Amino acid sequence: MASVLGTAVKRREDPRLITGRGRYTDDVQLPGMLYACILRSPHAHARIKRIDVSQAKAAPGVVAVFTGQDLVGRMGTIPTAWLPPDSGIRTTAHPALAVDRVRYVGDGVAMVVAEDRYQARDAVDLIRVEYEVLPAVVDQEEALSEGAPQVHDDAPGNLAFHWKAGNATDEVFAQAEVVVRQRFRQQRLIPNPMEPRSAVADFNASTGELTMWLTSQNPHIHRLLLSGILGIPEHKLRVVAVDVGGGFGAKIACYPDEALVGFAALQLGRPVKWTEDRRENFMATTHGRDMILDVEFAGRRDGTFTAIRVKNIANMGAYLSTAAPGVPTILFGLIVPGPYRIPYAGVDVRGVFTNTTPTDAYRGAGRPEATYLLERMVDLFAREIGMDPVEVRRRNLIPADAFPYNTAMGLQYDSGNYEEALDKALAMLGYEKFREEQEKLRAEGRYLGVGVTTYVEICGLGPSQVAGAVGFQGGLWESATVRVHPSGKVTAFTGTSPHGQGEETTFAQIVSAKLGVPVEDVEVVHGDTHRIAMGWGTYGSRTTPVGGSALAVAADRVVEKAKKIAAHMLEVAEEDVVFADGVFAVQGAPSRRATFQEVALQAYLAWNLPAGVEPALEGSAFYDPTNFVYPFGTHICVVEVLPDTGEVKILRYIAVDDPGPVINPMIAEGQVHGGIVQGIGQALWEGALYDEQGQLVSGTFMDYAMPKARFFPAFETAFTETPSPHTPLGVKGIGETGTIAATPTVVNAVMDALAHLGVRDIDMPLTPERVWRAIRDGRDGA
Amino acid sequence: MEGQKVAVRITVNGTVRTAMVEPRTLLVHFLRDGLGLTGTHVGCDTSQCGACTVLLNGEAVKSCTVLAVQADGAEVTTVEGLGSLDALHPVQAGFWEKHGLQCGFCTPGVMMAAVALLKENPNPTEEEIREGLEGVLCRCTGYQNIVRAIQYAAKQLASEAEPSEQVAAAGGDA
Repeated sequence: MASVLGTAVKRREDPRLITGRGRYTDDVQLPGMLYACILRSPHAHARIKRIDVSQAKAAPGVVAVFTGQDLVGRMGTIPTAWLPPDSGIRTTAHPALAVDRVRYVGDGVAMVVAEDRYQARDAVDLIRVEYEVLPAVVDQEEALSEGAPQVHDDAPGNLAFHWKAGNATDEVFAQAEVVVRQRFRQQRLIPNPMEPRSAVADFNASTGELTMWLTSQNPHIHRLLLSGILGIPEHKLRVVAVDVGGGFGAKIACYPDEALVGFAALQLGRPVKWTEDRRENFMATTHGRDMILDVEFAGRRDGTFTAIRVKNIANMGAYLSTAAPGVPTILFGLIVPGPYRIPYAGVDVRGVFTNTTPTDAYRGAGRPEATYLLERMVDLFAREIGMDPVEVRRRNLIPADAFPYNTAMGLQYDSGNYEEALDKALAMLGYEKFREEQEKLRAEGRYLGVGVTTYVEICGLGPSQVAGAVGFQGGLWESATVRVHPSGKVTAFTGTSPHGQGEETTFAQIVSAKLGVPVEDVEVVHGDTHRIAMGWGTYGSRTTPVGGSALAVAADRVVEKAKKIAAHMLEVAEEDVVFADGVFAVQGAPSRRATFQEVALQAYLAWNLPAGVEPALEGSAFYDPTNFVYPFGTHICVVEVLPDTGEVKILRYIAVDDPGPVINPMIAEGQVHGGIVQGIGQALWEGALYDEQGQLVSGTFMDYAMPKARFFPAFETAFTETPSPHTPLGVKGIGETGTIAATPTVVNAVMDALAHLGVRDIDMPLTPERVWRAIRDGRDGA
Repeated sequence: MEGQKVAVRITVNGTVRTAMVEPRTLLVHFLRDGLGLTGTHVGCDTSQCGACTVLLNGEAVKSCTVLAVQADGAEVTTVEGLGSLDALHPVQAGFWEKHGLQCGFCTPGVMMAAVALLKENPNPTEEEIREGLEGVLCRCTGYQNIVRAIQYAAKQLASEAEPSEQVAAAGGDA
């Protein structure tokens, strides 16, 4: 039997999703259910002088109205769960509804609970709030300046934390042959999963149990945090998040709104549903990126890189969201040297409070920002010394025989063959030929450009000991249970929580391959804290390398036990039994055999088990990885810039990624496609904008440019497969590679197209207007 | 504000449904909250994302921007009426076959838009498909496999229509 690993098994989650039988949170309908609607601050910064809810309370269908004052002492505040060490981090109080001050447009002020959606929404409009508007600060650099409005009284100077790492000194830069300096702005992005956030809470007073359906990437983390906020012990709190409509980081955080829904259900004794509308999603669901990056890059004229250091001013918004402080520090800083031999690296990160929506993880979380500045600097350096950007990369890539490789930032890259991926991608393009064509077309007044990114990312989060050392307030191991039923059918439980990544399929493939049972015989269960002991969820491309590894180990334990039972059945010593393709056979006498299913039945009947073997057949694992995993690859983009309009047309996009052995090539390719589109979205179109008063002016799909189908050609994708030496299946991760690599690839391509005009940099997004101005001026655009 | 309720009679997936609704009730809320047909999703309530796309008298509309009363007397098809598991519509089959969905949230709307697209243009080029998806947003797939799914469906639909053409063609060749 050929292994099911590496094959394009059609997705197991699809039948319900293509027939409208998925069950997303807003689809949950319970008898007697109430609907909640939240009044949000229209001001970026204001003192609440008075709230009058009397009219709202008297409105038709209204059951309750809660304000911040009503919650004081009755409900906990919203915690921050990543505290980078030695950073002086200040976690200011974050009440679920503002008590006396609002700090961003969208900050919750009151919640109405009513008999139906429309009544709740109507009543919100009847709440009268008297505000004293205060000066607001939006830009993080301004927020650090003297005399800036103070977002929190207990965070003077608006400084939330200051974190430094690395070994790059002034001396290294003073002695360098060539130093290139550049400021980059990582614009603020809005994650926009297509499913808005939603929560349904149902309290059963007779059992004391609260059930919450949540749009969550990590239901067990939500259970743990909500348990503390609501005062419900964990064993009485069930969080369900089976069908979740995308997350991209925005459904990691523990938000005030979902906690409020739980609080309301506890108070009112009836089920309560809340679903944000898209406008609320823009205002009150976490944003991503938003960093000001000052970079210094040093090297020699022969093309050798010697040092990189970055000053990062990161906009954290009005409060420190759940995982937010880890993003511009650990997840960003540690990967700054990328796939290159750079002996000296350093980062200096200041996290800053502003009167804006809190930021947190967004697909890639820190790693796209680091990769962007590195790859842009490599191109600027190549231009400075007059060397081809591919050649300069090749000279500095960590060679395949140098792994495991210890970086200047203290990571140990596990494995890699960076040049193989580079060569493969260049061959797919025909790099030399493109350069000739580019020159010819340039003479005709056509501006073509190519961008090449070689990247490595850190993912598979992560070893728990390291998680602790970097200030993450949780473990990052993963749980799995493989339960074999008497018939030999299998239920596989995972503590990860996929929401579109397809692990109901790929995990079934892993278990199927291990046990030698048909893939149809394996059902994967996730997203329910009452069915799965514990888990840390899906983010940071950890699901397959950590959760999949846990399942592999659990399945191995099943085989181990089954082998003992099979040996007993076959009346031979355990060492004489070989297991392959779902059959236990006697070494040298293959006709003496027992199928996996026969062994499973005997395990449950338990009439005649070997001494010391317990009945039943089940394996569990709590798998803690020994290192992160480091997928890598090369992406190439060819663009044409239209000089008359500044429009950027993507002519070709090539992605060669190495996620280790590919379990399901169809699903892996799909992950790459989606990631590329999000990465290109940042390069060319997407950007959240606030005005000076702190109003979000890109607050709808009319104003925030989401990528559409017609913006893209068909992508050309391929894989190389370098196994990780420390995961049981050698797998790494694929969920974020596209987003990490695509943004600099496209921007470098545009800069290459305009190089002959002297344009070095344009702030993202590279809108036609910005590009056109840069062409006109023959200089940097802003 | 709350208004007086009015009667509507809408044929949904072949079944006549009558109800008293507020005049302001959106068709999507009538379908989801009223009839429990939760396959149609709300992604933006402002008619940009297309997650709520259904067929109204055979035409793709965004049901977050249609009032239930506007659908009075009309025929509505939602994803639940598109095809069943044992008899998938070619568009559904294409989405499954070609990995045209990830989280699946936009999928019902995108599929309904695709059905309308193929009705209008049974043999679209890749470019025409991409243009035809103007009214829907997908954040997961990068659209490439949605395009493949629709191409697959176009082929399936063509081959379903083929037998009679084949006979004609065979006659012509002979």
